[in-house]
Amino acid sequence: MARIDLVDLAHSYSGNAADPESFALKPISMTWRQGGAYALLGPSGCGKTTLLNLISGIVTPSRGKILFDGVDITPLSTQKRNIAQVFQFPVIYDTMTVGQNLAFPLKNRGVPKPEIDARVAEIARLLDLTPHLGRKATRLTADAKQKISLGRGLVRSDVAAVLFDEPLTVIDPELKWQLRSKLKALHRALDLTMIYVTHDQTEALTFADTVVVMHDGRVVQSGTPAELFDKPAHTFVGYFIGSPGMNIVPAVVRGREALIDGHTIALNRNYDGLPAGARIEIGVRPEFVDVAQPVPGLLSANIERIDDLGRIRFARVRIGDAKFAARVPPGFSVPDNVAGLVFDPSHVHVYADSRLIEGSA
Amino acid sequence: MDKTINQKAWFLVLPVFLVVAFSAILPLMTVVNYSMQDTFGNNQFFWNGVGWFKELLDPSTDLGERFLASLGRNLFFSAVILAIEVPLGIVVALSMPREGWRVAACLVIMALPLLIPWNVVGTIWQIFGRPDIGLMGYVLNSIGLNYNYVSNEFDAWATVIVMDVWHWTSLVALLCYAGLKSIPDAYYQAAQIDGASRWAVFTAIQLPKMNRVLLIAVLLRFMDSFMIYTEPFVVTGGGPGNSTTFVSIELVKIALGQFDLGKAAALSLVYNLIIIIVCWVFYTVMTNAGAERRPVDTGAK
Repeated sequence: MARIDLVDLAHSYSGNAADPESFALKPISMTWRQGGAYALLGPSGCGKTTLLNLISGIVTPSRGKILFDGVDITPLSTQKRNIAQVFQFPVIYDTMTVGQNLAFPLKNRGVPKPEIDARVAEIARLLDLTPHLGRKATRLTADAKQKISLGRGLVRSDVAAVLFDEPLTVIDPELKWQLRSKLKALHRALDLTMIYVTHDQTEALTFADTVVVMHDGRVVQSGTPAELFDKPAHTFVGYFIGSPGMNIVPAVVRGREALIDGHTIALNRNYDGLPAGARIEIGVRPEFVDVAQPVPGLLSANIERIDDLGRIRFARVRIGDAKFAARVPPGFSVPDNVAGLVFDPSHVHVYADSRLIEGSA
Repeated sequence: MDKTINQKAWFLVLPVFLVVAFSAILPLMTVVNYSMQDTFGNNQFFWNGVGWFKELLDPSTDLGERFLASLGRNLFFSAVILAIEVPLGIVVALSMPREGWRVAACLVIMALPLLIPWNVVGTIWQIFGRPDIGLMGYVLNSIGLNYNYVSNEFDAWATVIVMDVWHWTSLVALLCYAGLKSIPDAYYQAAQIDGASRWAVFTAIQLPKMNRVLLIAVLLRFMDSFMIYTEPFVVTGGGPGNSTTFVSIELVKIALGQFDLGKAAALSLVYNLIIIIVCWVFYTVMTNAGAERRPVDTGAK
């Protein structure tokens, strides 16, 4: 039960503090409020697990502080931090029954027996483990084992936060949905701060109120799923979130116009005064570009193929050398080779050196 | 799909069959043949049926008394060896370094005793323990302990046991170390987060995960110590008296010392049988322990 503040937190595994570019986790500062559901989202090697291990105390940071409710806990050991963590692969104590496994974190902390029993019974009920409580934990399937691991993470009511490190990796896809909604329900029922690490955007977006997108050791954006979708602060977020990802194409931007491949499209805001010498790109989600008949006045593109996702169709096209995806309006019959593209100006964003430029009205 | 019948496959089995026949089955049958007969030399043999086997299991006869007494010593020796080497091996494995150059150094040092031939180990300890010139024997006597493995039964036993512990504990330790290394880091991290004490980590994670290698270690150490011959033979020669005469030493005495081929053959067959039975028991226990690990469907789906 705590607010978590990260103050200028950074970590380097090589121990070389001189070059921040080599850090596995570059300096970040952020605040996580009590009771929130957060997801750390990013590809493998982006530093999300490092950040998680820093919070749980498995790894000691090279720099910076971690505060729980304003108290600096950076020097404390994992045991003293009052944190729970669930790992990627199920961790089961082989010799114990399911019930003993669940009780283990409480027993180690000297919680009185009646309290342990009550709490274990509650968690087992929430995770549908009650029928298995008396069984040996080794004789269960992988997903049941992972449920036990989750249960051990959730069994302590006093934890500052529960950390999940890609906990659903080993679970079958159909069960993933069940467990994920279960976790969401547990979050509401138990009022715990939960931090969930994943590289799966669906997992992150469905689980969390706030998604923290990480890339190359840096937090590139932190926001609600809608914010990440509508206004990616970094081209990486645009590309990583959404399927297919955001189109990013190099462009020349002047005022309220962008020049792509010799063709001008309109922008909603004024982008005078872009940083000189920066790499300028425009980003637009495929959902906001429609394929149309190739008429003069529209940006034309070569059609490569059509992806039919059932509910929606996307055209994979090429503008010059750049790959591009665009929505095919329902009922529209796509021309064979060349199509025109219709942009929705309110969803066209401008990026300088990969960072979102707000522009002026 | 129909099975194709191809009898040519038998020719592929044939070489193995021949090799096994000449290396194992035929010599064994010769021993069976000897065990049923008696000889007074000159290559003359007399039929004795199961007479030797009856004598072997009857403590009132000379053969039976010698066999059962040495068998008892063997079992006691194996029990003591296991009781010392297994816990000691675990402790050594737990205190070995996990990473860095020390790992390699430790492994080499640990492996050294295992590389020394049995009779050399025996000779080393025979000299090491001598009260007149041996370092250990001399030191023990000069601090006031009356140590002499040639004349004192207890000293002889202690020497043989310490020698075996010195020679073979590293095997147990290396096996346990391999078992420990195979435990994923996540287990230790989870235990840290669950607030487990050092002892709880040992009993809840390390010991159960070492289960399989420990069974192998126990099996290997039991078999080896049960068949021990060279080292005690070199150090004590089975003495003082018969106090360190194990079954194998007794067997060699009967077969080569007295040239009682019939008795020796019967004894070696029974000895062999005991070892095979113990092997089978261990094997069954181990495979059952493995089968228990198989996941059972919980009906969660």
